Amino acid sequence: MHRRQSRLARRLLTLIAALSPWLAAQAEQVHVAVAANFTAPAKVLASIFEKTTGHQARLSFGATGAFYTQIKNGAPFDVLLAADDERPARLEKEGDTVPGSRFTYAIGRLVLWSARPGVVDRQGEVLKGGAFHKLAIANPKLAPYGAAAVQTLTKLGVYDTLQTKLVTGESIGQTYNFIATGNAELGFVALAQIQEAGRIKGGSHWVVPATLHAPIVQDAVILKRAAGNPAARAWMALLRSPKVRDQLVRGYGYDVQ
Amino acid sequence: MLDANGLAAIRLSIELALLTTLILLAAGTPVAWWLARARASPLAWLRAPVRALVALPLVLPPSVLGFYLLVGMGPNGPLGQLTQALGWGTLAFSFWGLLIGSLIYSLPFVVQPLINAFEAIGERPLEAAATLRAGPLDAFWHVAVPLARPGYLTGAVMGFAHTLGEFGVVLMIGGNLPGQTRTIAVQIYDHVESLEYAQAHGLAAGMLVFSFVVLLALHLLQGRRSAMA
Repeated sequence: MHRRQSRLARRLLTLIAALSPWLAAQAEQVHVAVAANFTAPAKVLASIFEKTTGHQARLSFGATGAFYTQIKNGAPFDVLLAADDERPARLEKEGDTVPGSRFTYAIGRLVLWSARPGVVDRQGEVLKGGAFHKLAIANPKLAPYGAAAVQTLTKLGVYDTLQTKLVTGESIGQTYNFIATGNAELGFVALAQIQEAGRIKGGSHWVVPATLHAPIVQDAVILKRAAGNPAARAWMALLRSPKVRDQLVRGYGYDVQ
Repeated sequence: MLDANGLAAIRLSIELALLTTLILLAAGTPVAWWLARARASPLAWLRAPVRALVALPLVLPPSVLGFYLLVGMGPNGPLGQLTQALGWGTLAFSFWGLLIGSLIYSLPFVVQPLINAFEAIGERPLEAAATLRAGPLDAFWHVAVPLARPGYLTGAVMGFAHTLGEFGVVLMIGGNLPGQTRTIAVQIYDHVESLEYAQAHGLAAGMLVFSFVVLLALHLLQGRRSAMA
């Protein structure tokens, strides 16, 4: 009995030894929680990251508020790219981040967008006319772009009259889908979702003046569990590099600091 | 513990589940009858594919249904073009859109118990009814349906409870409108994602107790019936 157990233990050890190069490679992986508005640039960034550093990036996309809840409940993320600065700051204050790792990687722009040409005019007057059935926004409790949309509608004085026409997506990604499939005629999304390399993909849009809502300051932060993870640090360094900031991030319509 | 949003979600979910169950019981009866009995009909070869279709929602991820419904009900989708031609607009983000999703999603939970019940009746009671000169419809209403009562009970309870528990499809085509498409399950999800655990507990614990009581009652009723038989 005893001998059989020790033989089993030896076999297990051999197995672990055989797997260890693979395990080591696993450690060089960074799991990034990406706010849905940054989906497209994050994918490009991940391929650059894998080519230049040899590390691997695994990306998850969702609403910033939902990620905050998941992180507080032990979700295995190494880095958070949020759509605001409030939740990364809160995580920092609560001791869930690597101190000093937080920085602003982008300043988001909100757009009113329709998949069809000619629906949204260049001044956003369509909101006051109200000649549409459904206006999509992201859930303002979970998605900073949704909160900015509500601020914009309030500032324009149309929030109360349009309330019955609002449909909310769980993230800015779902909001985009509602509009892209035509189920909502128009809605508020991130400029980055409809712009690629400085060009608008289609439909009609109005870039909401930044004066109509609080600035969408998007912060990135390394989470505590990744304190010793070189891939997490490399990811942040790449995101911070002038080339990525000026070409990639700007190309998707973000402002940068 | 329950605020106005919670109560609106409960009311909406119950309306949706009741309507779904009633429609499925009515529309499912002829389908189940045909699937259980049409052995000699020239269309009998269709039974296997129809059975597979009826069972499909059991195995499909809700995201598949949600995706096709969202695209299909959109202004360019086939269903969307039909509803627009009829002057109803598009159905996503409306109660009627959710109802269509629920009818598909809960279909097997109502129809399969009916099939089983009709099959269990066998030929003899209906042959006996025929020798007593009961017409086919008369025999169906006065012999088959009463004998299939356990199937109707199971189908109604499962259809109702399953619709109440629907989540993924609603999340994908609902748009989270309070009172119209924000069902209990979506409301709970929203509370959890916003860290509002107290409100989430109120609704989630209610669902847990309700679902348990419903299944318990169903088993007790079925048990008594088989004990009497």
